[in-house]
Amino acid sequence: MKEPKLGTALSSEDFKKKRVFTTSYKPKAEYAWDTGFAIGHYLEGLKEGKLLARSCKKCGRILIPPRAFCELCFRPTDDWIELEHTGTINTFSLCYITWDMRKLTDPVIPSVIEIDGATEGCGIMHMIGGVDPKAIQVGMKVEAVWKPADEREGSITDIKHWRPIL
Amino acid sequence: MTGNVAIIGCGYSPVRVTTPEVSYRELTFEAASRAYADAHISHEEIQALVCCEEDFFEGVSISDEYTPDQMGCVLRPVETVTGDGLHGVGVATMIIQTGEIDIVAVEAHSKASNILTFDHITEYALDPIWNRPLGFHPEFVAGLEMNCFLNESGLSVADCDVIAAKNRRNALLNPIAAYPARLSADDIANSPDLCTPLRQGHVAQRADGVVVLVLASEKLAKKAERPVWIRGTGWANESPTLESRPWGEDAATKAAATIAYKEAGIKSPSKEIDRFEVDDLYAYREAMALTALDAGKVGDRVNLSGGSIGMGHTLDAIGLYRTAMCVEAIRNGDAKTALAHSWRGVPTTSVALSIFSVNHG
Amino acid sequence: MGKRVAVVGAGITKFVRRAQETPPELCWAAASQALESAGMSFDDIDCVIHGTAPDAFDGVHMKGEYLSAGSGAWRKPYTRTYVGGGTGVYAPIHAWKHLASGKFRTALVVCEEKMSSCQPHPQGAFITIFDHTTERALGPNLLWIFALEQQRYMAVHGITNEEIARVAVKNKHNAMGHPSAQLGAELTVDEVLESEIMAYPVHRLMVSPTSDGAAAVIMTNEDVAKSVTDQPVWVDGVGWALDTAFWTNRDLYYPRYVEKAAWMAYNMAGIKNPAEEISFAEPYDPFCYKELHHLEGLQLAPKGQAPKLLAEGYFDRDGKLPSCPSGGLLGVGNPIAAAGMMKICELFWQLRGEAGERQIKKDLRWGVAQAWGDLMQVGTVVVMGRDG
Repeated sequence: MKEPKLGTALSSEDFKKKRVFTTSYKPKAEYAWDTGFAIGHYLEGLKEGKLLARSCKKCGRILIPPRAFCELCFRPTDDWIELEHTGTINTFSLCYITWDMRKLTDPVIPSVIEIDGATEGCGIMHMIGGVDPKAIQVGMKVEAVWKPADEREGSITDIKHWRPIL
Repeated sequence: MTGNVAIIGCGYSPVRVTTPEVSYRELTFEAASRAYADAHISHEEIQALVCCEEDFFEGVSISDEYTPDQMGCVLRPVETVTGDGLHGVGVATMIIQTGEIDIVAVEAHSKASNILTFDHITEYALDPIWNRPLGFHPEFVAGLEMNCFLNESGLSVADCDVIAAKNRRNALLNPIAAYPARLSADDIANSPDLCTPLRQGHVAQRADGVVVLVLASEKLAKKAERPVWIRGTGWANESPTLESRPWGEDAATKAAATIAYKEAGIKSPSKEIDRFEVDDLYAYREAMALTALDAGKVGDRVNLSGGSIGMGHTLDAIGLYRTAMCVEAIRNGDAKTALAHSWRGVPTTSVALSIFSVNHG
Repeated sequence: MGKRVAVVGAGITKFVRRAQETPPELCWAAASQALESAGMSFDDIDCVIHGTAPDAFDGVHMKGEYLSAGSGAWRKPYTRTYVGGGTGVYAPIHAWKHLASGKFRTALVVCEEKMSSCQPHPQGAFITIFDHTTERALGPNLLWIFALEQQRYMAVHGITNEEIARVAVKNKHNAMGHPSAQLGAELTVDEVLESEIMAYPVHRLMVSPTSDGAAAVIMTNEDVAKSVTDQPVWVDGVGWALDTAFWTNRDLYYPRYVEKAAWMAYNMAGIKNPAEEISFAEPYDPFCYKELHHLEGLQLAPKGQAPKLLAEGYFDRDGKLPSCPSGGLLGVGNPIAAAGMMKICELFWQLRGEAGERQIKKDLRWGVAQAWGDLMQVGTVVVMGRDG
């Protein structure tokens, strides 16, 4: 191979001290997504303090997040199933950075939680809280901690977090 | 080696201004179910999938993440092309012609109704250094192009009024169209100016919809009920830089048509093609496309579906709606050979087209 | 069957944290160098393929259009293909279709990313890959999903962070020999584990950087290849697979989508025993553990065993099956699509004996490049080789 062609490095100082010309722009990108049948009901369920799944009678799976069609059997799903508010930690992480790269002293704890009553391995992403981060293990049993009914909006954050069952 | 490829299945949702009761995934599941039923196959028989979408239309980065499930294509070879559905048809045809894969699905959708700041997003496609700082509404690009094209071609604004009215009226006979209306050229002429000479009545309005096609190799297509053969495909780009473009002509369509016509063995398009479904995002673009396609005098064989102006502009799905209309015309015996063509809108120069026929080569 | 397809030229820019060049200029640099290296000109190219990942980084909607002229697509057939992080290895697969079908004879394949445009930090754009209704409200960042997967991989197999940290040591060392490298360095396992914890179990030195850069190759059918060079590198196997978007319904300990794509490519190339027949590999390594995860998916190590083999030197550049001899994303840099293409370029240069300081000393017959993308979903695999 030859020497790479271009790719001239600039430093962040070059920008701050305006040694290079720049142009900036803030995009205005706003959307209102139709939640549709499945997720629409899921969110309504969350507002009512329920965790809803959909069943597919053909493969026998009970699916959360719920979907209007089974992606493996390729047919409409059949029934709404209300699940328990408990589950098992499939995996987790202690994160010391926010989504926009600011540092945190106390970590936020994302996790994949397999929900009891759903097909094995069917989980949702949510947060762990109310526990010393060092104590968390894969395989721990957890339960949902909900916001009070008058604070719930029909959002995934209607569940505040999940904490270990003592 | 190039081999014959046919469309053996076609499914779509009716074009609608809004579709609030379903998510786009649910809408796609419906269109795919129809397409697979039409092709008499199960979802498991799809061997590869080509989806056509753009992140900023979806409001999702890496939007291809969300493509396989509603098509029944989990763990299959699935890709996304940032192009019109007709780019997808070109790509799917090549996949089959490699000889490695026999059945490919093509999908494109629009949930334009969910995009609240569409014009801002179009501006986001302009060159950030040279064009955005001017602060014009992005449709100024179409106004400039229309002005130059009318000057060079000798066509008039009134001719464009006629085109727009025709397409709205043609939509009256198309049950899936979203904007059918019994309008006259005068009605269009009386619509407000946007970026002159462009009038509001010349501009296709947005709508929601999904189209799914199933393409198959010759050996499988020969067993299908009503295969529609893909005789030629072509696509091309001109300069993305506004300042370097030839404004009065559609050089990209000319380049794409050269490839497709050669493949299809077409020497005299207006004689050999019975039906044209060509880009009309802006009414003048229909005339510009026909010139570039060397089909200037085809009269009433153009955009019988209503085009984008009559059906609705379904973003990158529009090429597949045009294809679906061609497929139905050929299956009904209303046409033997048909051409579908798309442009991806301001500020792009991307075009793609395909030629379909009841006969294979 | 289709026509045989070869890579006949390659070009690359430096990979840097922030480049002065605009995105189209980066494309042009790599594309023009690729043409020069093949002794071909713009007029010789029948079609152009571009690969680039999210528009949100370069900051242009329909980014493929903006990059088209810089990629050589003026008045030519042009498509941009996009499968997230898998794009850089998918772009040559996309080109393969254009050529093996017989529709075109020559293709210019360009991959570019300019992540530095995104302010205040490119990482912030990644929140938009998550489900807009069921996930974004939790404030996720990209580190979450990798950390969750690394944790699962470690938990299922009992793998330690020390074993995983060795990947950074190997790749940053390998990158010292790559002229484009952003992060070549001589590190120890301790230094990697002493770097700050970003999202446990992921430490800072286990993460590839955001970068700007471009890379390109020229691909042709067999007839043209033989007239352009006496050392064509054949693209004899391609594979790609996309798993369900419902990533929280899958067990992340093993990338089954990589296995699926790999067998598609191996079958096409006639490879029956990859662990024996593949001479070297460029698996995708955006995070340390990912290289190991992917080596297992590529069938080059039994499940859960890649860390042990790594510790034994099996994957070193002078080992039995060199992995990431280029230095990978961890060492060279990660301008997303360009990084995958960098791996394709590495296969090309290694198989022709042109990899300079990085040249693997043993005889090379087959190389495999692989990229990953999306929500732990996409496997894209290319097998390249020399005849005889």
